[in-house]
Amino acid sequence: MASNRPSAHLPIRPTGAAVIGRARRRVDGRAKVTGQTTFADDVMLPRMVHCRLLRSSVPHAKIVKVDISKAQALAGVHLVLTGEQFPTAYGILPVSHDEHALCRDVVRFVGDPVAAVVARDEATAEAAVNLIDVAYEPLRTFASPIDSLTYPEPRIHDYGDVGNVHKAVALQFGEVDDAIAKADHVFDDLFFFEGNTHLPLEQHATVATKDADGKLVVYSSTQTPHYLHRALAKALGIPAAHIRVIATPNGGGFGGKSDPFNHEVVVAYAAMRLDRPVKICLNREEVFYCHRGRHPVLMRFRAGVTNDGKLTGLDLQTLLDGGAYGSYGVASTFYTGALQTVTYDIPTYRFRGCRVFTNKPPCGPKRGHGTPQSRFGQEVQLDKIAERLSIDPADLRLNIVQPPDSLTANFLRVRTIGLSDCIKKVVERSGWRDKYRKLPHGKGVGLACSSYLSGAGLPINWNDLPHSGVQLKLDRSGGVTVFCGATEIGQGSDDVLVGIVAEVLGIDPFDVRAVTGDTDLTPVDLGSYSSRVTLMMGNAAIQAAERARELIADAVSTKLEIPKDRLVFAGRRVCDTEDPNKGCTFQEAVCMAEARFGTLGTTGSYTPPRSAARFKGGGVGPSPTYSYTAAVVEVDVDPDTGWVTVPRVWIAHDIGRALNPTLVRGQVEGGVYMGIGEALMEEQVFRRLPAKLSNALVHKFPSILEYKSPTSLDMPDVITDLIEDPDPAGPFGAKEVGQGPLLPIMPAVANAVYDAVGVRIDSIPVTPEKILRALEAKAAGKPARSGPASFPDILWPETLRVTPPWAGGDGRASNDPDRPTNRNVDAGVEARAAKAAWEKSTS
Amino acid sequence: MTKLRITMAVNGEPADLLVDPDKTLLEVLREDLNLTGTKHGCELGECGACAVLVDGQPLLSCLLVAHECEGRQVTTVEGLVEDGRLHPLQECFADLGGAQCGYCTPGILITAKALLDREPHPSRELIKEALSGNLCRCTGYQQILDAVEEAARRNP
Repeated sequence: MASNRPSAHLPIRPTGAAVIGRARRRVDGRAKVTGQTTFADDVMLPRMVHCRLLRSSVPHAKIVKVDISKAQALAGVHLVLTGEQFPTAYGILPVSHDEHALCRDVVRFVGDPVAAVVARDEATAEAAVNLIDVAYEPLRTFASPIDSLTYPEPRIHDYGDVGNVHKAVALQFGEVDDAIAKADHVFDDLFFFEGNTHLPLEQHATVATKDADGKLVVYSSTQTPHYLHRALAKALGIPAAHIRVIATPNGGGFGGKSDPFNHEVVVAYAAMRLDRPVKICLNREEVFYCHRGRHPVLMRFRAGVTNDGKLTGLDLQTLLDGGAYGSYGVASTFYTGALQTVTYDIPTYRFRGCRVFTNKPPCGPKRGHGTPQSRFGQEVQLDKIAERLSIDPADLRLNIVQPPDSLTANFLRVRTIGLSDCIKKVVERSGWRDKYRKLPHGKGVGLACSSYLSGAGLPINWNDLPHSGVQLKLDRSGGVTVFCGATEIGQGSDDVLVGIVAEVLGIDPFDVRAVTGDTDLTPVDLGSYSSRVTLMMGNAAIQAAERARELIADAVSTKLEIPKDRLVFAGRRVCDTEDPNKGCTFQEAVCMAEARFGTLGTTGSYTPPRSAARFKGGGVGPSPTYSYTAAVVEVDVDPDTGWVTVPRVWIAHDIGRALNPTLVRGQVEGGVYMGIGEALMEEQVFRRLPAKLSNALVHKFPSILEYKSPTSLDMPDVITDLIEDPDPAGPFGAKEVGQGPLLPIMPAVANAVYDAVGVRIDSIPVTPEKILRALEAKAAGKPARSGPASFPDILWPETLRVTPPWAGGDGRASNDPDRPTNRNVDAGVEARAAKAAWEKSTS
Repeated sequence: MTKLRITMAVNGEPADLLVDPDKTLLEVLREDLNLTGTKHGCELGECGACAVLVDGQPLLSCLLVAHECEGRQVTTVEGLVEDGRLHPLQECFADLGGAQCGYCTPGILITAKALLDREPHPSRELIKEALSGNLCRCTGYQQILDAVEEAARRNP
């Protein structure tokens, strides 16, 4: 059994094997099983008061009046706030700063915060919230993307492309129409992916307070302390240097704690105003309304295919229901079209994506961010292609896997690609060849693949600054402290950080202390999103640790007269490879370095390589390297009830290198689990209240009981294989694992259902109702399918035309050739904003 | 509101408290006794995160009014450590990946302890059944089941 206690005699091994690659107890494992981990709601401070928000009861309306007098008069109430106190808009993307901490003029969805009360306890705050009187003047409710495309007025926001279209994009890589027209077969398929939500077990919570000298401190369940830091500085007009954000370990994130949230800004303001700690913890219903989860996406895939199953071109259209605010939506829109090409060779490609505003909780990033929807469409379409061409779906895919070290039609750089190995592995392990189209009626298998970013290649705020920074402190105690802004959301980022430092320095993970996710103490890391942390933080940690090793080696080499290139760091010793008895303990070595160089500290940073894409929109999709996954899902479908059970899933993931296999397996299985939930049951859907109430558009079931998610009894057995082919871009060769393994599950389930009962369910989730409807259609001689029937006409903007690399393109759009390619834009803006805030605070 | 006096044993220690009559056991544990190891995910009895043992039975502390526990023995995750040593379930969860974010973990450990106390060597199916009221969004349950099985193997 692995243990994090130091063992007396660690083996002397070359760097890269003592810690890395071994299944270990994660460094925060003990705290998590003893209840010691301090989540945001566990932060209890002296004199703390409590906040509750009044949320809009109507989906779209002007605010005519907010009367807070009764609330203010209630005993125990300290402060009542409205939009008046929050004039400055903020948001996660620089192009959509469209949120105010409390609504000022308009509410845009049921749940939009209108007012806040701070009181001695939650119950008093809640009672006061109920005394606030708001008068609304209703506006048209936009309940679906079709509403938003049909009616440009009233606009939900006064920005965006046109009417209620938030963003429409059109990109073309090569002569795709020709390529499809000349193909032997054309496949034209429509798919729909319903929205769903993260459902982290921990409800969002924040505690704000002042530190000893009066500066703001915010503890929050956030995946992105750096972005929260920026948003607070902007929204409150306080210099970022005077704000400290501490990301408490998240009780599950999955993307749902990646935006700066209203409640965080509100309690920060209140703590400054009251000069005492203020806490808020959302209730479960509020978490459903905060959302920022999976966008509902309607898709049209038109593909040209040769007789032997090669793709000649793909023409993809997507329509995203964005909900009421921008959130990450512009990026989400591009992501629905970004990663099709990094799995399979698609020589010509057109992508058009459109995100509309509706009066529902804002959608944003959920595990896979924008890519699971179109991955579903693509993988089901490939299954249909294989069926029509009588090619085994595994062989069809093996024949079109994108080659390694290649540039895709849309200028994404593929480095190592273990997809073929993944496919072969799940085919072998699942007995695919004996099962596909061979199982009895009601039983089936389905196969699907995917890929995902190992970190977004571009930052949210374009600048030339590192994406991840690590600092190391070493001293005569022999202990090492590593500082990094990376945020522990359960994925094990603290463990990766510590493991890497321990490996490089040849010490035990127990000798390393991690300080993370604290904007005062730790260098910036952009946050736990886009599967970026292991790769980016990991590379920064290697650099910092290697610099420390270099200093120590210099000192030891001089002092003990051992040639530096013969020194090895292992087993808590620094010694001569040729005579392991000659050397010293790690602690003695650090002392030698401290004596020689003075106080020891090193840093490391990571910035991803430049993307080859030079066209507008090319900023979404590039990554230092991509992970790949293949899965086979087995289903039992009851033809009488449509009920689907999933007994088994085989999955193989191209991880590059597993730094801690226990954590990697946990991420794979957790991804499969969440995929099963999305495939079969999870739906963030809305309904109208009866007219005699308000007719308001509300969440259909904002409770854990009715928002179905898989339990231990629903979960299939998961047979996981890791494909390890170290990628030069990753720390010790590692790629991401947090998101990729989710992606193939939904299409594999749908493909398996087809194998089992012969009906295509082209919309997620695959519910018994849809299966029965499709079976009825099949029995009536109609198309054996359940899914969308049409894709609306969308007024697309002028298509940017980019010549693919294989045809000699340079990454620029031919009809937008002069786009500036430097990214030193934001640093100037940031510097000016910081200067302005500074001047304001000191005037 | 007149406060009620409650005496109960929490993790083997006597607790003598004055609490609002509508306070749940969950709130009393977290807010009055500072035992924040017990978590909440819904406060409606839907997620299982707040499970504690009351006289050895796993119950949802968000659904219990605290004064119902008058005179009873309450065990929380903090009470699983004995003589400074982790319970075998805790060791196995930590070693085998049974805890990712760790938020559901206290409730699951408590539920699993109740299972092993009544059935020292449960089948995997029985473990699944016993834990089916405890939601976990991170792990996909596999490593949790592995951890409970391993802890059971260590049972004499």
